[in-house]
Amino acid sequence: MTPGWRLAAVLRDPARTEHFSARQWTELFAVARAEQMAGTLAHRLNGLDLDPTVQRLVDDAIASAGHLRLAALWEAEMARRALAPLGVPVVLLKGTAFAAAGLSPSLGRNIGDLDILVPRERMDEVEAALLAAGWEWVKPDPYDDAYYRRWMHELPPLIHRERDRMIDVHHTILPLTARIRPDARALLADSEPLGNGLCTLSRTDRLVHAVAHLLADGDLAGGMRNLWDFHCLVQDEGTMGLAERARHHGLGAEMARAGRLSHALYGTEVPFEWQGLRLLDHLYLRRLTARDGWGRQGRRLTRLGFYVRSHWLRMPPLMLARHLWTKYRKGYRPVG
Amino acid sequence: MTALYRAAAPETLRIVPLDALTLVYHRASGVTHVVDAPVPEMLEALDRDDLTVDQLLTRLSDSYDLLDADPAALAIRLDELVEAGLVERL
Amino acid sequence: MRHVTHLTIGPVGFRIGSDWRAPIAQLEDLYRDYPKPGIPDFNVHLFAARPWRKILRPSVMIGGDYTIPDAAPLPLAQGLLAAEMGMNLQMALAQRRYLLLHASAVERDGKAVLMTGISGAGKSTLAALLMARGWRLMGDEFVLIDPATGLAHAFPRLISLKNQAIAVAQAAVPDGRFGPLLAGTPKGDIRHLVPDLRAIRKMAEPAEPALLLFPRFGFDAAERPVPPSEAFVRLTQSSTNYVHLAERGFDALTRLVQSVPARAIDYPDTDGGIALVEALA
Repeated sequence: MTPGWRLAAVLRDPARTEHFSARQWTELFAVARAEQMAGTLAHRLNGLDLDPTVQRLVDDAIASAGHLRLAALWEAEMARRALAPLGVPVVLLKGTAFAAAGLSPSLGRNIGDLDILVPRERMDEVEAALLAAGWEWVKPDPYDDAYYRRWMHELPPLIHRERDRMIDVHHTILPLTARIRPDARALLADSEPLGNGLCTLSRTDRLVHAVAHLLADGDLAGGMRNLWDFHCLVQDEGTMGLAERARHHGLGAEMARAGRLSHALYGTEVPFEWQGLRLLDHLYLRRLTARDGWGRQGRRLTRLGFYVRSHWLRMPPLMLARHLWTKYRKGYRPVG
Repeated sequence: MTALYRAAAPETLRIVPLDALTLVYHRASGVTHVVDAPVPEMLEALDRDDLTVDQLLTRLSDSYDLLDADPAALAIRLDELVEAGLVERL
Repeated sequence: MRHVTHLTIGPVGFRIGSDWRAPIAQLEDLYRDYPKPGIPDFNVHLFAARPWRKILRPSVMIGGDYTIPDAAPLPLAQGLLAAEMGMNLQMALAQRRYLLLHASAVERDGKAVLMTGISGAGKSTLAALLMARGWRLMGDEFVLIDPATGLAHAFPRLISLKNQAIAVAQAAVPDGRFGPLLAGTPKGDIRHLVPDLRAIRKMAEPAEPALLLFPRFGFDAAERPVPPSEAFVRLTQSSTNYVHLAERGFDALTRLVQSVPARAIDYPDTDGGIALVEALA
C-alpha cells in the first residue's frame, strides 16, 4: 500500500492506525500535510488512544485548522459588509460555505481563498464595491487580465491590502472555455440563505460544484481533499436527486465518476450503479494517491497527462496552443 | 441618510491597556489592534447603542474632555475602525 | 529519499532526507550528541530539481512539509545550510505549539535573557560569547514561549556565525566544534558552531523569561527602557506565528511584556555588548 493510499485508508477507518510504526505515522502526516489534509486527519484521529507525540501533532493541526476557519468566516463577513449596500445575492462556495453551514467536510479543513458566486450581470458593481472596500488586483499582467475577463468563470483574483486574503468572485462554476456549461441561473435561484446575509448552494448543487471542481476543472491537484469533501457531503445529506441535478448541469458523467472514486477510496455509501470501477477510474485513483512517504508526488508521466488533459477540457485546442505559447514565453512551468 | 455605527460585541473583544496604548484582540477576526485614546472609549460608547457620528461625538464629549470635538476628525477615526472590522456601518 | 537522519532540537523533532550523502553525514556529525525523535514533528528534504542535477552541477532544492514557492536552490557544497534553512522554514511556517520569537536566548539560575532584533544586531554572536562565559545557550535563532506556562523553551540548533563573527567566536571558543566554512552563501560566509554539551543536555529544560533585550550593534553604548506597548509591537514583528496562534498568542505575548522588563541596548563592539548584558541581567 502506498503512503497516499494509506492516508485514504486511515481517513476511512482511523482505527487502522492501532499498530502503526513510527515510520508509518511519520509518513501519514507528511502525506496529509502535502494534501492540505492535516487538520482533517487530526479530527479523524482525535479521541483514539494515541501516543503522546502523535497527540501533540493532532492538537497542533486541530488548533491550526480552527484558526483558518475563523479567518475564513471573518473574510466572508467582511465581504458581506462590503457588498451589503448593493443588495446582490452572495453565495459562498467551497470551504467557507461548508464552515458557515456547519457541514462535516469543514471539520479540520484547510480553507484558503474566499470563493463567492454572484449574478454575472452584477459583476461590475461587485468588483467596484470590493475595490472601494480595500481589495486590490493581484495580477497586473495585461495578458492574464484579458484572459480572465474573456474566458474564465471569475474575476481576476483580488487580494485585500490589509488582511492579505484573496477573494475569487465567480459567476458560474466552470470556465466559459469548458465544454460543459452548468446552469448558473439555477445555481443562484436555488441557493439557500444562511441567516447571516449570505447564502450557500443547494444541497445537490454543493455536490455538483464539488464534482465540477474535482473532475471538470483543474489537474486533479488536491484531489484527495476535494473527493473527501464529496464523501462528507454525501454522508451528511445523501444522494437523493443528485444524478438528475448533475445531468441538468451537464455533469452527469462526472458525478457518476466522483461517486465511483469516492466509494472506492473512502467507502462512501453511494447508489449501486456507482459501486463498480471503470477502466479509466483506476488511472484517476493512481493519480489521486500519488504521494511518497515524504509527501512528494511520484508517477510523473501520469501527472503530466492530467495537466494537459485538464487544459483540453477547459479550452478548445487552438486556444490552448495560444495560451501555452504565451505562458511558455514567460518562462511558465506547471508547478509540481 | 445618516449612517449608524455599531461596535463589535464586547464578548468578542479582549481589551488590555498597557501604557499609553491599548491592545484590542478581536476574537471574531483573530486580529490584534494597537490603539490610542479615544478608540477604547468609542468602542464602549458604540457597544451600548447604534449611533450616528454626531450622537457619538456628544456622548464622548459628555464623558471625556475631548480636546478636538470635531465631527470630521471623528468620522475619519470611525472609517478606520470600519475598515478594521471593529465597527460596522449599518 | 536515499539518505535520511533524525534529530531533536529542544522540544521539536525533525526527519531530514537527502538525494546526496554529504549533507546528511555533516548533520549526523555535528548533531551527534542530540537525541533522535520517535515520530518527528517536521520533515525536510533536499532534492535535485532534475534527476541529472544530482550529478551535473548539483544544486540542492529545499523541500519539506511546508515550503515557500521560489526558494532558490543552493550548491551542494552548501547542503548543510540548505538543511538548516529547511528546518528553520518548518518552524517559521508551521510551529503552532509555542509562540515563536526570532531571538537568541541564554539562561543562568533558571532565568532567561531573550535578545531580539533585526538581522545584523549580533544576536548569534552575543549568544555564542555568553555561552563561552558560562551561560547556558538556549538558542541563537528562535525562542519558544509556551502559551500555557509563559516559560521559554530552548531551541539550540547549530549557532550560525556570519562573516566577521566567525573569527570572533573562534577566538572566544577555541576548543569549540565548528562545521565546515560555507563560503559565498547568499548571506556571505557562514560557519556553524555546535552548542556546548551543557546546552544540549539541558535543552529540554524551560526557563522563566527574566529580561527582554533589543540590541543594536555598532552604536555608542546606550541603554533605555522599552515600554510594554513598544515591546509588544516589536515582538509581534519578530514572531512568524503570532497571528496563527490566535488568542493563545495574544495571551502569551501580553503576559510576557507585562511581566518581563524590556531594554533597548546599543553597543559599539562585542566586549561592550557582553558587559551591558551581564550588567543588566
